[in-house]
Amino acid sequence: MNQSPPSTSPAGLPDSRTSGHPDPAGAQPAARPQMNIVIVGHVDHGKSTLVGRLLADTGALPEGKLDKVRRECARTGKPFEYAFLLDALEDEQDQGITIDTARCFFKTAARDYIIIDAPGHIEFLKNMISGAARAEAAILMIDAKEGVRENSRRHGYILGMLGIKQVVVCVNKMDLVGYSQQVFDGIEKEYRAFLSGIGAVSPRQFVPIAALSGENLTSRSANMPWYQGASMLALLDTFPKAPDKVAQPLRMPVQAIYKFTSHGDERRIVAGRIETGTAKVGDEVVFSPSNKSASIRSIEGFNTAPRDAIGAGWSTGFTLSQEIYITRGEVMSLREHAPLVGTRFRANLIWLGRKPLVQGRDYKLKLHTAAQPVRIHKLLKVLDASELAGELAKQEVGRHDVADLILETRQPVAFDLTSDIEGTGRFVIVDGYEIAGGGIITGAVPDDQDDLRSEARLRDFSWIHGSVGIEDRAKRFGHLPALVMFVGKRGVSKERYARALERALFDHGKHAYFIDGTNVLMGVDHDLTVDATQAELVRRFGEVAHLLLTSGAILVSTTNAIGLADHSSVQALIGDTPSIAIEVDPTGRSTASCDLRIMGTESDQEVVTKVIALLRQKQVMA
Amino acid sequence: MDHLDQLEQQSVYIFREAFRHFERMCMLWSIGKDSTVLLWLARKAFFGHIPFPLVHIDTSYKLPEMIQYRDRLALEYKLTMIVGQDEATLAAGATYPATAHLAADDPRKVTRKQCCGALKSGALKATLQGTGVRRKLNLATGAYDIDADREPWHGVIVGARSDEEGSRSKERYFSPRDKNNAWDVGDQPPELWNQFKTDFAPGTHVRIHPLLDWTELNIWEYIKRESIPTVSLYYDQGDGKRYRSLGCGPCQTPIESTAKNVDDIIAELRSGKLRNIAERSGRAQDQEGRGGLEDLRRDGYM
Ligand SMILES: Nc1nc2c(ncn2[C@@H]2O[C@H](COP(=O)(O)OP(=O)(O)O)[C@@H](O)[C@H]2O)c(=O)[nH]1
Repeated sequence: MNQSPPSTSPAGLPDSRTSGHPDPAGAQPAARPQMNIVIVGHVDHGKSTLVGRLLADTGALPEGKLDKVRRECARTGKPFEYAFLLDALEDEQDQGITIDTARCFFKTAARDYIIIDAPGHIEFLKNMISGAARAEAAILMIDAKEGVRENSRRHGYILGMLGIKQVVVCVNKMDLVGYSQQVFDGIEKEYRAFLSGIGAVSPRQFVPIAALSGENLTSRSANMPWYQGASMLALLDTFPKAPDKVAQPLRMPVQAIYKFTSHGDERRIVAGRIETGTAKVGDEVVFSPSNKSASIRSIEGFNTAPRDAIGAGWSTGFTLSQEIYITRGEVMSLREHAPLVGTRFRANLIWLGRKPLVQGRDYKLKLHTAAQPVRIHKLLKVLDASELAGELAKQEVGRHDVADLILETRQPVAFDLTSDIEGTGRFVIVDGYEIAGGGIITGAVPDDQDDLRSEARLRDFSWIHGSVGIEDRAKRFGHLPALVMFVGKRGVSKERYARALERALFDHGKHAYFIDGTNVLMGVDHDLTVDATQAELVRRFGEVAHLLLTSGAILVSTTNAIGLADHSSVQALIGDTPSIAIEVDPTGRSTASCDLRIMGTESDQEVVTKVIALLRQKQVMA
Repeated sequence: MDHLDQLEQQSVYIFREAFRHFERMCMLWSIGKDSTVLLWLARKAFFGHIPFPLVHIDTSYKLPEMIQYRDRLALEYKLTMIVGQDEATLAAGATYPATAHLAADDPRKVTRKQCCGALKSGALKATLQGTGVRRKLNLATGAYDIDADREPWHGVIVGARSDEEGSRSKERYFSPRDKNNAWDVGDQPPELWNQFKTDFAPGTHVRIHPLLDWTELNIWEYIKRESIPTVSLYYDQGDGKRYRSLGCGPCQTPIESTAKNVDDIIAELRSGKLRNIAERSGRAQDQEGRGGLEDLRRDGYM
């Protein structure tokens, strides 16, 4: 099997095939509990042997198969290996003889186990991870004679990182070390020390086994009376199934908004898969990070009975009672249990890319259905690929390295900690065109706009809507609301451009409104002392802007008091309303990031044309 | 949620991800039971609609029932139905059936595999890339008109299942092919937590496999549950024979079976004589030596 080409069986779901086990004809297969497991460990530590032996000892092999392979080995003078048995099973499948070995599975009295992927393929880390990501429990093999090796460590770490807490560590080939308790204890001690050293503190049980002779596999071995624990399989059977996802708070990442008008279908459907929880018709739901809210009008489906509630696991769709603009990547939840929202989070990550993950560069984050530019905010710890031992002063994350780091997205995203909700707590990172890393979120990290964002969230969730919806206004005005901010030093013609823009938009029939910072300063800010904090000035400006924007206007502002540095704070208060920051800089020396930079020498017309192009680009207007 | 629900929901998710990420996406419809289930799942995913074209590669040797069934469903569901064909090879008579009468050492003789290579792989490649003629069903007249659209499709939905044979059990849900349609079995992207490979260099295209986790039995159980219409060739019409999978007439032999309806087939697969016999054993081209299918597959044949 170790010679076979790298591959992964692509199953994402348990498979209920029972074709090898007779059923009464026509009867539904009994719903036996199932568990996906993965078998990992360093090459030659006995993974294939374990699988072969398990299949044989639990009666999962086709009749006569084992004998046939043994005879074939005897005939050709090769010592028998269980790996040959697995090869033979795969060959048969290639030749189309049996169909029930596409993925190995075996049964105990307690349940069915599906072994994800064949051991030989695990040698390739990408396959190991793809397989382990679907597993509910794992068996990690360590050769008693060879001891802890590179992949023993790496695989152990990855299991922890993928959130697989149910792991049996098998110290295999105990026959080769005279069934010595000392050797077993030594390996257990070393491996536990390694795990705690890298902060992987998941409960793990150790079993001394001899896979080849089937000792301590399905029953206790007489050769190791010092071992008081259960056999490997008995331990596996004690692992509980994952908690019911329906009981967790509602999370549905928005996958798409569909409106298939071509055949006269007027439904506007918010589609996605419910990761956790339940949604019911009439529920008041909120979408993060935009903070929009609506109530569920209907649950849609094709060729299904109408339903008024739907739970975790379903790829479904809803129509809403209010027409709200939401986009893919938002997370639908109930108001009381909304996900976290921010631009920074702490994560554990494994890197698979050919090129290292480096600081100061943008990558693409894919987290549930959201996709966002992301970069390293801070590298806390990098564990080296080969040793995973000490903390190395690495400035980048190399291939097969694992890291503890803080990531920063360009725009806020909705997420959860993996320990709370897996579906919205893990992500991949794309470098170029390739998925180059995967990780889990371990903590939320505040950014500078956190307080403002919380303020906006509370405000939006409690917002009292009038009888005219945002979509009604958009239809009437022919555009969505947007903020166009002219910033720059005093006396650089900001005001002139802002006026020209307001006029031009208005003359085109748009609902445009000019606001000078002074108007806010002299009124809303009247109570503030001269040395009021900049933060409070920005907050008030942002709230005023937000009010005007909810009336559907394209707001054109010009202000000396608020600069480019404050743009993200203002944005935090106006949510997902598009904004355009234009810096007027006659010196031509500014390098701060903005949507448009002008010198102040351009004609009004030129600037107006450019801004309108930007508004179109942001889909504010057609 | 039962097992069929789980399979269905995962397939629907994959469909929606694919539709989201490919502006130019199509679905291969072989008319067989798998791709017809696929068609049904597309309607599940898009709430009754099928917002992309269906492509059928017609080798001209398909059984007539298949073509009738295709056109009936296409008109009923108002599908954007595209048919591609290797017209040059057919005109030249360079096919297995057309040369079957020739002596074994005749240089003009075409093997089954070569025939598949041209009429299926080649025609598929040309149709997807737009270098071959595409004919589109005119929903008003029921005729096939030459399609002006020759833009390549980059995302191709395919009804492959991993239990069909070894080479397919190595597949991923989203499987990139390079410019030559080649499939690099050894170096496939990781597929983590339903995050699929959805970013591509220009020129590559991707096969998407929503049915990967389904078994033959699951397919029939689902056909029954959803009452999906299927071609009559799958059922014994009284002569004790039926087709287990559908391909070209000359290379496809019916199996001995008296299964007359979906229930009979399910019983046969669960506990009857088909229990341990793989589905494709009735297809002659698969028997032309080991690894043949993987070769064809690398080459773009489904
Ligand atoms: N003595 C002994 N040899 C074993 C045992 N388990 C596996 N082996 C041998 O170790 C070698 C590697 O085993 P294999 O299962 O192929 O390892 P894998 O690479 O992890 O799949 C083979 O020669 C096996 O026969 C065991 O319990 N005792």
